[in-house]
Amino acid sequence: MLNYIWSAMLLGSVICALTLGKGEALALAMVDSTGDAIELILTLTGAVCLWSGLMKIAQESGLTRFLARFLAPVLHPLFPKLDRNGEAFSSISMNITANLLGLGNTATPFGLKAMSQLRELSRDKDTASDEMVIFVVMNTASLQLVPTMLGSLRQSYGSAEPFAVVPAVWLSSATALAVALIIAVLGNKRRKRL
Amino acid sequence: MKLVPVILAAVVVVFGLIKRAPVFELFAEGVREGAKTVVQIAPTVMGLVFAVSLLRSSGAVDKICELISPAAKALGFPAEIVPMALLRPFSGSGATALLVQVFEENGADSFAGRVASVLAGSSETTFYATAMYFGSAGVKRIRHTLAAALAADFTALVMSIVTVRLFFGA
Repeated sequence: MLNYIWSAMLLGSVICALTLGKGEALALAMVDSTGDAIELILTLTGAVCLWSGLMKIAQESGLTRFLARFLAPVLHPLFPKLDRNGEAFSSISMNITANLLGLGNTATPFGLKAMSQLRELSRDKDTASDEMVIFVVMNTASLQLVPTMLGSLRQSYGSAEPFAVVPAVWLSSATALAVALIIAVLGNKRRKRL
Repeated sequence: MKLVPVILAAVVVVFGLIKRAPVFELFAEGVREGAKTVVQIAPTVMGLVFAVSLLRSSGAVDKICELISPAAKALGFPAEIVPMALLRPFSGSGATALLVQVFEENGADSFAGRVASVLAGSSETTFYATAMYFGSAGVKRIRHTLAAALAADFTALVMSIVTVRLFFGA
């Protein structure tokens, strides 16, 4: 799937740039993109390493298990086959907690950890397991309680009430998440019957 | 709110100390694992950044916006938001830049500004997150993940207009 999307993005850009006469800008972007990618990877490296380190402490000392038990009533129905006391379940709990707190850079390392633990549990390593689908879908929907970044951005651009949009954000993201989860769960069920 | 990560880190360390865990050794071990994870996802990130920056500089996004805008307007969707809505699933920083542009041109408290805000707050960089997570796990067949995630993005788009009308009128 990603093979097609990636190729379409690439070829679409090239065709578009050539017909619109933006070939030079495209060539420049190609050179710049390598630097941008490295910059992003380095930023990510710092965050991932730091939080993986802290995550390890949280895991070994039992903090993640504690948190997982707290979130289990909500998360367990979404991951019925996962062991509530297992490592994958606690990584997912940490990821969801960080997302809810609006810590995107912190949520990512937990999420990557969860994915590798889910991979260990899945039989067919090339194919996404039911749990992986649900988990990634949850991460592609926005789960923030307080969108702080958005609020401060609105404030600095002269909004009189920067956080007035928050109830609208909640309603909108809850609906989007519900739609995503319904499709994900239905898709998982369909495979079981086949 | 800026202190949340710091407090979280402190809670983790204090909890570890209470449980008499070798906190520093565990931290170092975790960092080593983290470094391995980064090596795993770096190629995916590189590939996506490359494709997204080509897409942005090729004028493809502007061209598509031009084509979509009249239809968007007819459906009651502010045309100013179209570029941001299109870029949102691919690039977080790109979408933020376009959000700021909407704020500058229309004001943060305008209808377009509010819709853009809600959209930014209720959607994620779908393609980036999907590629990164599955890339890190070495999964090739992602089944219906993208269908579900893109349905969520579309829902967020529709709901951002609906909710702004609901909460702010007009």
